[in-house]
Amino acid sequence: MTRQVISSSHRFFFEHFKLKGKEAAHACMQILAAREHIGGVKCPSRVEIPVTRCTICENTEIGRMQVQTKKIINDGNRTVDEMLEGILAAHPRHLKSAEGSPRSIIARDGPRQGKVGLVIGGGSGHEPTFLGFVGKGLADAAAIGNVFASPPPDPILECAKAASGSAGVLFMYGNYAGDLMNFDMAAEMAAMDDIDVRTVLTTDDVASAPRNQRQKRRGVAGNFFIFKAAGAACDRMLSFDECERIARKANDHTFTMGVALSPCSLPQTRRPNFEIGPDEMEIGMGIHGEPGIARGKLKTADEITDEMLDKILDEMAPARGDRVAVLVNSLGSTPLMELYIMNRRVKRRLDDIGVSVHATWVGNYCTSLEMAGASVTLMHLDGELQTMLDHPCDCAMFRAG
Amino acid sequence: MTSIDTAGLKTMFDAIAVAIEADKDRLCQLDGVIGDADHGIAMALGFGAVRDALASLDLAATEPTALLNTAAKSFLNAVGASSGPLYATAFMRGAAAVKGKATLAGADFIALFQAMAQGIQDRGKAEIGEKTMVDAWLPAAQAAAVADAAGKTLSESLTAALEAAERGAEATKDMIAAKGRSSRLGERSLGHTDPGAASAVTVIGAIRKSLG
Repeated sequence: MTRQVISSSHRFFFEHFKLKGKEAAHACMQILAAREHIGGVKCPSRVEIPVTRCTICENTEIGRMQVQTKKIINDGNRTVDEMLEGILAAHPRHLKSAEGSPRSIIARDGPRQGKVGLVIGGGSGHEPTFLGFVGKGLADAAAIGNVFASPPPDPILECAKAASGSAGVLFMYGNYAGDLMNFDMAAEMAAMDDIDVRTVLTTDDVASAPRNQRQKRRGVAGNFFIFKAAGAACDRMLSFDECERIARKANDHTFTMGVALSPCSLPQTRRPNFEIGPDEMEIGMGIHGEPGIARGKLKTADEITDEMLDKILDEMAPARGDRVAVLVNSLGSTPLMELYIMNRRVKRRLDDIGVSVHATWVGNYCTSLEMAGASVTLMHLDGELQTMLDHPCDCAMFRAG
Repeated sequence: MTSIDTAGLKTMFDAIAVAIEADKDRLCQLDGVIGDADHGIAMALGFGAVRDALASLDLAATEPTALLNTAAKSFLNAVGASSGPLYATAFMRGAAAVKGKATLAGADFIALFQAMAQGIQDRGKAEIGEKTMVDAWLPAAQAAAVADAAGKTLSESLTAALEAAERGAEATKDMIAAKGRSSRLGERSLGHTDPGAASAVTVIGAIRKSLG
């Protein structure tokens, strides 16, 4: 870290020296050094990005100078396509791309006549969400967007065509403005091809809007449970109405809460997408770095887990003897060790209130590039949802049954 | 008398691409404060794709409507996201507004400009005051129409549009976001310019500079 700062500052100083002369370079250097000092100790405010103007050369860029994050990439603009090439190479038994539409990833053994098709999708950077859940028994296809950006309508339409078995196609994705517009345009285009599309949005993030505005909440890691249940319903050849009903019920029964410890950075910018102090955490932060509901000092695993569970259990209101499924998910760089420490607390808390755990998944299920942090998701089970979760599936990055 | 042909429109899109590319980092930074820090990337990607798509057109054989539809399709497919459908709809509505015309008089361009703003509002379903690009685009379109109706030149009308867009973008600082990703922030969005409104000012500024 230190070495990088010095080399980037030196390069800046050197280039400035050539262009603007010694005096300007020196003044800029001083401001830059002060900025780095401030940034290294504590960011004064997460919502203010200080921009400092050098009085000698009028340079306003210095306040923004930041060391770029380290990534193993070739070209920031090619990351999604190169990732897809690697994924198709790794999972040829499970996945293929639609003819002429490389951003439409289709299950080799999924779509079939008479089955309701399930198309999921959204921005890249959340792997294994979305395309890792494409396969027999789960989603038939996933439309892949740029990093953190909805796919445009064309690849979504190609997914709908590939997934269609003349029994209707379900579109399922997280509730974000961009995804809504693009998937809705694709649904209109699919209607012109006589494909009947219905949409079920995921809204499991309890931190993203109050309880009485569930329709405004965003979809996060709970996608995993919700897609799984819907995919099972489709695979069991249930009717379009039934598949839609189960998908909605799965969403209504799923609650997620996340915490972020450090930012991620987009491959095109390689700059942290938000600022957070070295001793801070943010409860409720979204999977694209959208600010959450509260920022505070970093607490212990038990305290963090309690804070999340308090909110989730308050809404879910399980009775003694009820069953849940648990997902403890890493946002990217938080290791399994910490996730299992959190899961230990989840289990104890559920034991305390007499709620039994039917199944637990721990790991990277819905990430936010290299963000540090985690989320806890509970799905409140009944017989039907439990059957759907237990239903076998065979996807590129996930298997059950 | 103003007369804008297909080549003029292509020059305009090229100017927008240059302006957005130069503004990319600032837009990402604005978005990083209240969103997910990618707005500048999406806009640069979109207008870069438009520039490339228009470069392969035979301008002599292309009417303004076809050029605008090409712009819409290339922007949409390169971007997705929110700005993809919003700007693609803007260009398609603009295309429809000047259908059948080989060259555009000043009033034609104002009609196109208004159709763009209306398309953005219809697609995103945002109202004034919800802290979105609509807060820049709608006042800009209205100001341009008022100036045009008062007999101003296209250059004067677009200057009025740019000033209105700037005021609108500035006003988003005092708004609580009600649409899009930043709406989840509630009052924490106060005090920050909406990145979509900021990029609208850049786009409109480039249009004015190119055609004014």
